[in-house]
Amino acid sequence: MTHDVSRRMADLTSIRNSYVAAQPSRVGVSQATLYIWLSWIIPAVVVLLWETAARVGFIAPQVLPAPSSVLETAVNLARNGDLFVHLGVSLLRAAGGFVIGGTLGLALGVIVGFSPLAQALLDRSVQMVRAVPFLAMLPLVIVWFGVGEVAKIFLVALAVLFPIYINTMLGIRQIDPKLMELGCVVGLERAAIVRRIILPGAMPSILTGVRYALAHAWLALVIAETLATTKGIGFLAMDAREFLNTNVIILTMIIYAIIGVVADALVRLLEGRFLSWHANYTKGARK
Amino acid sequence: MSQPTAPSRDRAAAAPSRERERERIGTQALAVSVRGLKRRYGSRVVIDSLDLDIQKGEFVALLGESGCGKTTLLRALAGLDQPDAGTIRAPERPSVVFQEPRLLPWAPLWENVALGHERTIGRDGAARALAEVGLAGREDDWPRKLSGGQAQRVALARALVPDPALLLLDEPFAALDALTRIKMHGLVKELVALHQPGVLIVTHDVDEALTLADRIIVMRAGRIAASFRPKDHAGTLRSILLEELGVQSH
Repeated sequence: MTHDVSRRMADLTSIRNSYVAAQPSRVGVSQATLYIWLSWIIPAVVVLLWETAARVGFIAPQVLPAPSSVLETAVNLARNGDLFVHLGVSLLRAAGGFVIGGTLGLALGVIVGFSPLAQALLDRSVQMVRAVPFLAMLPLVIVWFGVGEVAKIFLVALAVLFPIYINTMLGIRQIDPKLMELGCVVGLERAAIVRRIILPGAMPSILTGVRYALAHAWLALVIAETLATTKGIGFLAMDAREFLNTNVIILTMIIYAIIGVVADALVRLLEGRFLSWHANYTKGARK
Repeated sequence: MSQPTAPSRDRAAAAPSRERERERIGTQALAVSVRGLKRRYGSRVVIDSLDLDIQKGEFVALLGESGCGKTTLLRALAGLDQPDAGTIRAPERPSVVFQEPRLLPWAPLWENVALGHERTIGRDGAARALAEVGLAGREDDWPRKLSGGQAQRVALARALVPDPALLLLDEPFAALDALTRIKMHGLVKELVALHQPGVLIVTHDVDEALTLADRIIVMRAGRIAASFRPKDHAGTLRSILLEELGVQSH
């Protein structure tokens, strides 16, 4: 149950709770659609106020430039291609770290989830390393790998490994033994039990782990990119700080946010694909 | 599943340390044959020198108080529990329906029904089995859309798909409401008449046993204490059975 609870805590806003879900009103436009539009009112108003305040000189541009001016900066950086180079480098680091850490975490989680012997041998050690906040390892990582790409990817991989490990292991542990017994009764081979029962049963937990891992990877990347670097979104921000170029700083914050949202959407896509059987993940009602 | 082949001793060979052997039964009239079965947990003897034969097409109900060993017996017949001594001659893979439907929530109904037999029956066979239990056209639904009775019907369809020589039912209707249970009784009778497996149903419910079974056996302290054929006891068997189970009836 632990992963269920943590999932709910981490994700209160994205689970569609059928008890609170809006009923279609009689007017035609469903209430749900109406609420979606309503939810955009406050952000829109804030941006408008911000823009106005900056335009009339109420806020100094070095403190908080107008949204339109940030947009202009974005367009300029995109035109000369710099933005995409930096973005590409950052994404590559994130992806590299994610693949390495994710593969290791998944493999460890599967082994420990399956085998009590592996658990006895490995789990305590992994949990001990996990107890160290990965950002506290930063100085050590710099000593080991310097400030180059390896250090950055290592940091991301480290951040990704634990959430995926924990959730994979828990997911496998929580499979109903009665279903495993059923697998034996209908004569499934060991490999078929893994494929038909264990992996699909662990999938909600694994994907929760992936979602956490993405959030951690992002945090790790932001920190890693403040280390000496000449490429990447983090470099853009550090460079802009030197020149008090608030426009670019704000822009990098927004880019980090957008990539975070996109990553989350990707996980949701996976959930829609793999967990359509699960009431919590169903889009609408598949009657 | 049960081709008329020579008896194989695979399972006995897999556990050579035990005195037990499990042989495949072919086309003979016997669905299952148990001799001298013993099972103990620690020092407590759960099944003690038990003998039991069930014919193909025969519906046997096993009654007994909680803890009398009836579920252990069923699990031994299902190959889910290793007896300490004795012989079980049973089909290599009997079908089992448990108290819970045990459907895979991540598999659509047809995959649940075909589980383990995808190659032999495929989607069409699963659809036919679903139609047999009154769920035609529901192949692609998810299990969570089903009521308790419907889910148990799917479990029944899954059990009948391999055309088993022996069908084991472990209190399969205990969790259902009274009306659903009555409907399920009718359905099970119909399907058993159609497929003709030997059936052993473990139940607490005397009326269920009377409705379904050709033969009712009462288990007490790990042994078969009594055996009745309902057709020999018109009207009187209910109170006899309740007395056997330690309930005074008037």
